[in-house]
Amino acid sequence: MKKPASDNSRPSRSFRRQHKLAPYLFISPFLLTFLVFGCYPILQSLWLSLYATNGPKSHVFVGLSNYQFLIGDADFRTAVWNTLVYAFWSVFLQLPLALGLAMLLSQKWIKARGLLRMAFFSPNLMGQAFVAVLFGILYVPQYGLVNRAVHPLLPKLIPLDTKWLQNPNLVMPAIVLASLWMYVGFNMIYFLAALQSVDQELYEAARVDGANAWHQFRAVTVPGIKPVAVFVLVTATIGSFQLYELPYLMLNNSAGPKNSGLTIVMYLYQHGFVTGDLGLASAIGWSLALGVLVLSLFQLRMTGAYKGEAS
Amino acid sequence: MNPKTVSTFGRLATQALLIVLAAIVLMPLVWLIAATTKGSNDQFHYTFFAPTVSVQNYVDLFHKTDVLQHNLLNSLFLASTTVIVQLFFSSLAGFALAKYEFKGKKLLTILMLATLMIPGQLTMAPLFELLHRLGLVDSYLGLIIPGAVSVFGIFLFRQSIMTIPDELLQAARIDGCSEFQIYRDIVMPVSRPMIGAFCLISFMGTWNSFLWPQIILHNRNLFTLPIALSQMIGVYNQEYGMLMAGTLISVLPVIILFFLLQKEFVAGLTAGAVKG
Repeated sequence: MKKPASDNSRPSRSFRRQHKLAPYLFISPFLLTFLVFGCYPILQSLWLSLYATNGPKSHVFVGLSNYQFLIGDADFRTAVWNTLVYAFWSVFLQLPLALGLAMLLSQKWIKARGLLRMAFFSPNLMGQAFVAVLFGILYVPQYGLVNRAVHPLLPKLIPLDTKWLQNPNLVMPAIVLASLWMYVGFNMIYFLAALQSVDQELYEAARVDGANAWHQFRAVTVPGIKPVAVFVLVTATIGSFQLYELPYLMLNNSAGPKNSGLTIVMYLYQHGFVTGDLGLASAIGWSLALGVLVLSLFQLRMTGAYKGEAS
Repeated sequence: MNPKTVSTFGRLATQALLIVLAAIVLMPLVWLIAATTKGSNDQFHYTFFAPTVSVQNYVDLFHKTDVLQHNLLNSLFLASTTVIVQLFFSSLAGFALAKYEFKGKKLLTILMLATLMIPGQLTMAPLFELLHRLGLVDSYLGLIIPGAVSVFGIFLFRQSIMTIPDELLQAARIDGCSEFQIYRDIVMPVSRPMIGAFCLISFMGTWNSFLWPQIILHNRNLFTLPIALSQMIGVYNQEYGMLMAGTLISVLPVIILFFLLQKEFVAGLTAGAVKG
């Protein structure tokens, strides 16, 4: 389309210049904050992890000895172990339950699906801190709801005065149970959305071919929900590595008896912001980040998410 | 599974199982509400509701703590401010990424994706040091400014804005709209469902955040609800009714907001995952 040059050239040039400048202007508030408060601290923490500090003011270069300290520290090993145990149950107990619930709930003939979905999801509306305060009381021996509800079902195994949060062996199960309550419905929402996107005709075709329920699950459901399942798996793992509020507040602002509820992030908080060694805190942060990164890449590789992307 | 392959018995059993499971999940919430309505004598006498309803726990909460006077308002102020700033930053940046070509766009996207993989706790020590130098420790700015960046939000908006047809924006340009007017008068109104979802997700994130406020806030008058409750369990760990009243007050605003924005929320939550 040709336009008469004289009258339109000026507005169109300013228009074009504005069009070129606009994205830079639009991105700049975010970009500035992102670079200063998001990217700079990442690099800074690498440098800081080589220093022993006492609060924000005093720095002494110590090389890799922060990392050396961590490797030798029994508390850090406890924190890593507890975090791994929690992550294990988050993945292998929570996600299968969430998928199972989603599969039952996605059946068209279920009545009141919306209400049921809402009920399963509702605990997630409470933040972890508030769930922790609630469960701290639900686990009270004798009177707490957990003992009152579970004791009649398993009278021998769970006596009415079971001390969930005072017995070091029961602290982790108590944390896992509370987290199960909070997150199963949340992950179920993702699986439900994924199941809805699976082509129903594929099930029909599989049935015509004589596939039973298990074969249908393997041949139709699994490939259909795979991208979402990988997403849920990776985010649930990353999330579980950051466990902090739930045990800390459930155990009355502590790591629990014999550090049975100590997690990596709790250890980081204690050393960085109670003791005030920001250098050590950075080293802990990097250990956490590397652990998460390695595990996420491993999960992506194992589930073949890479290959799916490439082909 | 298909209606034809499941027997009536199987259907009834599944329905019953789901109802029982839902009841189990709801039980702690019902217990929470019940606990706030029981006087201290009834607290352990009745597992759920007592025959007489008492408001004593709420009265105690008002007299012994600042939850109702300060902390609730603090949390409301902080969460709304953060949501507004995040919404503005994220939607504007998401618009730029979705509808413009500019230098460094690819690099920026990669950088943003990379930071999504990094747990936030990594940067806490240097960020604390930085904020200390800027004099922002023990102030809300120390929470709002680093919290203004939401990479997740940017991707959310980029996704939804990409679905707006270019012709619509081009037509507005020909009508003489400036680029910012296009953002304000076309992009934002069209993105309304995504805005709802984002506001709720972002509000919940700030409302429930504990570790960073615990690090930054020292002045009691600035405490948000999660911090106030953590102080409360230290001092009043035997006063279950009052603790539960504080907990219920703390989660109520999120629940109200959720019911207002329910539909958008589920759509926004799963948008990133399903579309990949």
